[in-house]
Amino acid sequence: MTRLVLSPNIDAPDNLYADLLAAHEGLSETESAALNARLILILANQIGSREVFRAALDAARRR
Amino acid sequence: MTQIFEKPLYPYARSADQDAATPVRHPVVIVGAGPVGLAAALDLGQRGVPVVVLDENDKVSHGSRAICFAKRTLEIADRLGMGETLVEKGVQWNLGKVFFGDRKVYEFNLLPETGHRRPAFINLQQYHLEQDMVARLRELQAEGAPIDLRGGNRVTGVKAHDDHVALSIDTPEGPYALQADWLIACDGAGSPVREHLGLGFTGRVFEDNFLIADVTMQAEFPTERWFWFDPPFNPGQSALLHKQPDGVWRIDLQLGWDIDREREKEPVRVKARVRQMLGPEVTFDLEWVSIYTFQCRRMERFRHGRVVFAGDAAHQVSPFGARGANSGLQDTDNLCWKLAAVIAGDAPEALLDSYDAERVQAADENILNSTRSTDFITPKSAMSRIFRDAVLDLSERHEFARPLVNSGRLSLPATHDGSPLNTPDALPGGPARSRPGAPCPDATFETGFLLDRLGRGFTLMGLGVQAPQVPGTTPLSVADPDDELRARYLGDAPSALYLIRPDQHVAARWANATPATIATALSRATGATP
Repeated sequence: MTRLVLSPNIDAPDNLYADLLAAHEGLSETESAALNARLILILANQIGSREVFRAALDAARRR
Repeated sequence: MTQIFEKPLYPYARSADQDAATPVRHPVVIVGAGPVGLAAALDLGQRGVPVVVLDENDKVSHGSRAICFAKRTLEIADRLGMGETLVEKGVQWNLGKVFFGDRKVYEFNLLPETGHRRPAFINLQQYHLEQDMVARLRELQAEGAPIDLRGGNRVTGVKAHDDHVALSIDTPEGPYALQADWLIACDGAGSPVREHLGLGFTGRVFEDNFLIADVTMQAEFPTERWFWFDPPFNPGQSALLHKQPDGVWRIDLQLGWDIDREREKEPVRVKARVRQMLGPEVTFDLEWVSIYTFQCRRMERFRHGRVVFAGDAAHQVSPFGARGANSGLQDTDNLCWKLAAVIAGDAPEALLDSYDAERVQAADENILNSTRSTDFITPKSAMSRIFRDAVLDLSERHEFARPLVNSGRLSLPATHDGSPLNTPDALPGGPARSRPGAPCPDATFETGFLLDRLGRGFTLMGLGVQAPQVPGTTPLSVADPDDELRARYLGDAPSALYLIRPDQHVAARWANATPATIATALSRATGATP
């Protein structure tokens, strides 16, 4: 069974973070919100499992 | 186009009951001659149970109203002896197109599974269905079925007693009283019977208005379902176009909450909207216009002693996903064999409580589905709109997003998992789709179809094994089931026995079973053994 990964799992964290910020550069708040929504949906499809997705939602809510 | 909804179909006629010195008692009185009440009358009448149907009107419903009839409904109609009539008249479609803003984001082909007698659904105006049902009712009457349909009979009072229900009725010739052993209330979302008994009807109100227009077009237009999110001709809202018989097209336009309803219904205004939608080159006529709002709600219980509620009287859903009339016909399909068995003394009254359990479960499923469709079509917050639009944007290029687009989910019958009538699954490796509680999937069977071979009572089906003789069941055996039957009923199992209810839901299944085990399951399925 796949579980939600909450330990470090990103190859090059600084680069990935920079990519994320770069994608939002120059966008209005509305455009950024739309981009984030598309991104979440694409990533959700990558995850596939409802169980893992719900675990991710829980982790996001807890902060 | 003839205005079929103008013509009296069951005009008021004086009944001998109106001249009786004391109120006449009937085994079953049905209130409401819409599709649900008529289905109940046909079902019980075919079973030889005498029914009186009361309706304050005498015509079919005004305007097209319910127009999508799902496969399960057609299968039920087959049992009522009118499936073929509906399918011949109805429009079938497979291709759907989804538009977002000014562009088509994708199209889909339903490509229904083969090996079913009936299509996934047909489009047919509710008035055609009602007219065909009344025609079928007349046919049954001619054959001697004890059905009495009384138009112009308005129920003005209902009193529930332990052993009967007392009714006050008004007619063009004045009031009279009736008594019923059992009352089936099929009198719609505003159910007067429910009001008379002071029963609640709670749920969620959706703050939205929809304009329905039936138009006749003088143009070739493909037989497809088109759904628009946020189209240029109706900014920020949705629109739906699909075809009905007789060259009539149904247009649904979402209008939002703060509108002037009377003004929106003005033909000039409606025509301007439709012209924008269809393009200036298409000539059309308006046949019927209506504005509706909707709610998702249900009664807490559908059975109240000797009064049983069915259809919109018991539960109301949004129109997305065609779950109103379709679920109403499943209600009566579930109820009538049970009521007939109770009246015949073959089953205890407690069997009727399973109607409540099973159809409340189905109503909740329908409400959940139609609420989800509504939330997608009409986002309730800024963020839900952002996600909705993101799904639609992605759907144009990425297939993964298309299953998330929800413009109404196909109405499918409920599987009654956990029903008190079920016997635990005893078919290791058996397919989930035909587990106890599930409606039997149809399949090609010899030269016809399986569902047509299931009778009016309980069927004991043997696949790869001879069904034994068990009193109260009719055996149906297939020595060597083909691949389709295997896939739908055997899965990994080499053989199986299925106990199938009169409403074609599976009550029990086994790899093999003794007549005593089967008799116990039958007893449970008729409410006699817990």
